[in-house]
Amino acid sequence: MSDANEIERFIREHPFFEGMADEHIKRLTGCAERVCFPPGTFIFKEGEEARTFFCIQSGRVALEIHAPPKGSVQIDSRKAGDVVGWSWIVVPYRWYCDVRAVEEVCALAFDGACLRGQWDENPRLGYEMYQRFVPLMHRSLQATRLQLLDIYGAK
Amino acid sequence: MPLPGIATHGDDPMVPHPAPILAVRQETLDVFTLTLDVSSFARPFSPGQFTMLYLFGVGEVPVSISGDPACPERLEHTIRAVGSVTRPMQELKRGAALGVRGPFGSGWPLEAARGKDIILVAGGIGLAPLRPLIYRLRARRDDFGHISILYGVRSPADIVYQDELADWNDAAGMDVSLTVDHASPDWQGNVGVVTTLLDELHCDPGNTLAMTCGPEVMMRFVIRALNHLGIADHQIYVSMERNMQCAVGLCGHCQYGPAFICRDGAVFRFDGIAPFFSIREL
Amino acid sequence: MTREEFPALFTALRDCGYALIGPTLGDQAIVYDSIQGIDDLPIGWTDEQDAGRYRLRRRDDNALFGYNLGPQSWKALLYPPALSLWKARKTDSGFEVLPADGAAPRMAFIGARPCELHAIAVQDRVLSGAGYADPHYVSRRQPVLIIAVQCSQAGGTCFCGSLGTGPRAVQGFDLALTELIAGDRHEFVIEVGSEAGAGILARVPHRPASEVDWSAAQQASARAARQMQRHLDPGGLKALLYRNAEHPRWEEVARRCLACGNCTMVCPTCFCTAVEDVTALDGRSAERLRRWDSCFNRRFAYIHGGSLRDSVRSRYRQWLTHKLASWQDQFGSSGCVGCGRCITWCPVGIDITEEVAALRANGAGAARQQGLCDDE
Repeated sequence: MSDANEIERFIREHPFFEGMADEHIKRLTGCAERVCFPPGTFIFKEGEEARTFFCIQSGRVALEIHAPPKGSVQIDSRKAGDVVGWSWIVVPYRWYCDVRAVEEVCALAFDGACLRGQWDENPRLGYEMYQRFVPLMHRSLQATRLQLLDIYGAK
Repeated sequence: MPLPGIATHGDDPMVPHPAPILAVRQETLDVFTLTLDVSSFARPFSPGQFTMLYLFGVGEVPVSISGDPACPERLEHTIRAVGSVTRPMQELKRGAALGVRGPFGSGWPLEAARGKDIILVAGGIGLAPLRPLIYRLRARRDDFGHISILYGVRSPADIVYQDELADWNDAAGMDVSLTVDHASPDWQGNVGVVTTLLDELHCDPGNTLAMTCGPEVMMRFVIRALNHLGIADHQIYVSMERNMQCAVGLCGHCQYGPAFICRDGAVFRFDGIAPFFSIREL
Repeated sequence: MTREEFPALFTALRDCGYALIGPTLGDQAIVYDSIQGIDDLPIGWTDEQDAGRYRLRRRDDNALFGYNLGPQSWKALLYPPALSLWKARKTDSGFEVLPADGAAPRMAFIGARPCELHAIAVQDRVLSGAGYADPHYVSRRQPVLIIAVQCSQAGGTCFCGSLGTGPRAVQGFDLALTELIAGDRHEFVIEVGSEAGAGILARVPHRPASEVDWSAAQQASARAARQMQRHLDPGGLKALLYRNAEHPRWEEVARRCLACGNCTMVCPTCFCTAVEDVTALDGRSAERLRRWDSCFNRRFAYIHGGSLRDSVRSRYRQWLTHKLASWQDQFGSSGCVGCGRCITWCPVGIDITEEVAALRANGAGAARQQGLCDDE
């Protein structure tokens, strides 16, 4: 178990929070803990309640969708420095894909309800978080659309 | 020792009846519709039911009946040519005979749908088992409320029943929306997975029934989207697919939890199977 | 009835037109096959069974039924491993299906064990009492006469006691024999289970059993019950299995299971079959065959695109969950009769009683660990 100071340091060190004011960072520490997952484990499965978002510190994560009879198809990957989990922001707060640790993964896990509570009190904090999330989503959507083009295909 | 409750069957459901092909229509590159003359042994069928079609000496496959239930003597089946039985079936001409067993399975809930708004969500060839239902809805249009048909396919070339879709929209009082995953250069319609059509739907969730048929992963996300609209599991019906060989609940292949899909399905009310739906590799 | 009088039973059965099917030595095991007379029985032989182990061993007496269970069950006679469903031939307008030939044999089963009687009852429900009645099963099953043999000893893998399917049968037979050997005496206590059985007995020398003999028969069953080494607690099995689809034990057993399907072949209640369509080389005639299949085969759950049960884990889970849980919803009873064959004939010795105990050990707790939403 990490103490509050350590959590604060982890938050400062993670690229997602770069440039965030001290006062906001301090508010975030109460919502976070450090977690680690052994390789191959499912961190979350599709359909489960989405209450957490992760800032990955080390290791690699696969986002997968189980599509029988093919099995699990990996649709995206995340690594150290990335963020995993947006479904906690949006009703109905359910994961829409599986999240699996490919290697051993250590991350900062933020409780979504706690965060939402924090920025209800401090809208400026909410604004700061959205300012960071929206470009990530935009980039991810762009990349996904390019993936759809299947540009390396034979045709 | 005497056996309890032996049923006698004059007509063995394991033996196929030969039925000549009346018509062949190519729907897409690998999807075709066969119309079979079953007038000598026709039985009424419920929309959603399937038959086992036998190609002499080659094999047998389960295929949903895709035609008008008002004309059970002309049995239509829409088939995708994917395997060792369905590929040679695509080469058959008028007059050739296929063996027919059936109809088997459960049907879409026409009675429960009376007086309600209906949402049909189909993916790919999943529109085929819904087509008999659409004919029924059309025949008694006033018995039902608002009807939406949401149809998603891989690309415009994969759309089946193209002319009928336009007719259902324009002349049958139904709202048909189409979407493709991959657009062609001349495609002017929606692009995106079929769940995107649901996101935009306005409906009265308290008085709606939804029915969906397509790949399991598609149905999973459709159900999520339906739930998000306020439509509960007991208002949703799905058509499940499993390996089927005997179609009479005996060979064991189609088991899905405790259900035999050939006998207890393929159409299920979703709340009954919801606990099993999320178990991987069930 | 004395040992000397016993052959008269076979004579009476044959006189009444029955083909005798009974235990005999074959392939280093005791199998059910056509038998002609007493000498075909495995006289003086017994079997030693344990997980993944079956050996024949000589007894120190000449018991006719001194063994427990062979690899087969009566399933092979009633629901044959390969069966022609129909034949067809090409015609100008298509094809025609030819009428089936041959009547089913009239069989007398000699030596059916109490667990096997339960298995036959289970198969009766599955194959003729739950919707579609398989006419091939019905025609073979209907004329069968059953001469059961009560168990005087438990086999190494038996667990009928805990399931209430043995070691003593009270119904499901036409005649039931308990073999008593004490010193010079070698006799059979006979119980009549039906009118057909009474009719056969009337043709055979016999006398009323004494209190002593009846008591000895009961004691033999009690002895068998005491000897049983394995137990399967049937309480709440359905809920246990339905709730533990993600139990870590499935992963563990999958590491050992070869998916060879032996268990399904020897199990007296497994009923899955595959339909096979074949044709003559000239394409003018065709036949539909039905063969035993196994849910352990990778192609069992194949639909276009792949197998829905690709992992061995999912296939073992399917078999066990079906046998002990889903079966109850489908047919109103458990599919397991405690015969222990799956334990004996598993090449790696997987033990169904051990697996169930492991699932019970940390059932719901494990499920929660996996993050499954439990409705508690």
